[in-house]
Amino acid sequence: MINIIMNGLEVRAEEGWSILDTAKFYGIEIPTLCYNEGLSVYGGCRLCLVEIGETPKTKLVSSCTYPVHKGLVVHTDTQRVIRTRRMMIELMLAIAPNSKTIQDLASKFGVKQCRFKVRNEECVLCGLCVRMCREQMGGKAIGFQNRGYKRRISTPFDMRSEECRLCGGCMYICPACQLRCHGPDPDTTVCNACLQMDPTCLDYYEELQCWMYDAGRCGTCVKEGPEKETKEKAGHK
Amino acid sequence: MNAETQKIKSFIEKHDSKKQALISILQDIQGEYNYLPAEALRFVSQTLGIPLIDIISVATFYRSFSLEPKGEHMVTVCMGTACHVRGGPKILEEFERKLGIESGETTEDKQFSLETVACLGCCAIGPVVVVDGNYYSHTNIRKVGSILKTYHKKEKENEQPQEN
Ligand code: FES
Ligand code: FES
Repeated sequence: MINIIMNGLEVRAEEGWSILDTAKFYGIEIPTLCYNEGLSVYGGCRLCLVEIGETPKTKLVSSCTYPVHKGLVVHTDTQRVIRTRRMMIELMLAIAPNSKTIQDLASKFGVKQCRFKVRNEECVLCGLCVRMCREQMGGKAIGFQNRGYKRRISTPFDMRSEECRLCGGCMYICPACQLRCHGPDPDTTVCNACLQMDPTCLDYYEELQCWMYDAGRCGTCVKEGPEKETKEKAGHK
Repeated sequence: MNAETQKIKSFIEKHDSKKQALISILQDIQGEYNYLPAEALRFVSQTLGIPLIDIISVATFYRSFSLEPKGEHMVTVCMGTACHVRGGPKILEEFERKLGIESGETTEDKQFSLETVACLGCCAIGPVVVVDGNYYSHTNIRKVGSILKTYHKKEKENEQPQEN
């Protein structure tokens, strides 16, 4: 057992745990994107940043890759952490603004705008699909190619790989290319609509008519300017 | 094809068929063919037991490897800070115009490939152009033509004895 101090509390972590593991164990929430319990850690998205060390000499580290050691002092939600986290989300938003996962993160952490040039890509290079293919599906069909701003994920020679069994694991785990947010707002803003969603069926029926498991949250009944409309409707009634 | 396979096999064996020697093996292949043929990479992947995608990752990571056939002569124009302020971009433009290709491309007759580099470490003699490892210092637009001509000429000299 290793004693560490997390957000001022003395907690005990097991040998080999990362900061993220420990935080999870104690119910402290740290947002993640490139982390998945079934896969190896990658430390690519930098969303899980936390601040470690004592005040004049603190530094930011990614909690998913940082193993706990004796006497570690961690703060998971300092100003610096939150500011950096927002920046990371904003950057990812600029790359893949249509990803619902990233839109949701933005909404959750109060990122209201995107000041960077929108690239409209479908990949934030989190590497989840590569690890999924390799570690869980036993295939080695996809991987990173090139480097720097040209870095991308693809199959050898951009053709269907002989190793690919079309299992779909890569798409299943992708936070960017599958779930699309079709919010009504222009590219440069975060639509947030799904958080203030007002199912359209309630305009006509007494009850929710949604067949989705996640009633009213699937994102298909997003209305333009949801906030305003809700208020207006409340006025009518 | 068989002879080719044999050749690649010899490259691999030269490095004791070690996985760690992948880069050296790729360098040998690149040296032989001026690029990395897909077939060769497949063969290396099978022989060494490295997933093809990992080999591609390495091959696309380094600038010295190319998956497409490169020209006979490699023209590299320095775009580092020092060469840049002394007119590197103009020289590149001139090369692009003369060769009719963009930077990063290869002429249709596979004679010249054009590339840029960020500082060769000899800023004092900039703007620098390197062709096949020969450094041309203090270049300017007017010199571009003559540099290219030297290599065109070499071609012809090489060809003539064959024709005779
Ligand atoms: S979850 Fe830790 S860096 Fe992505
Ligand atoms: S900038 Fe060209 S050699 Fe340094």
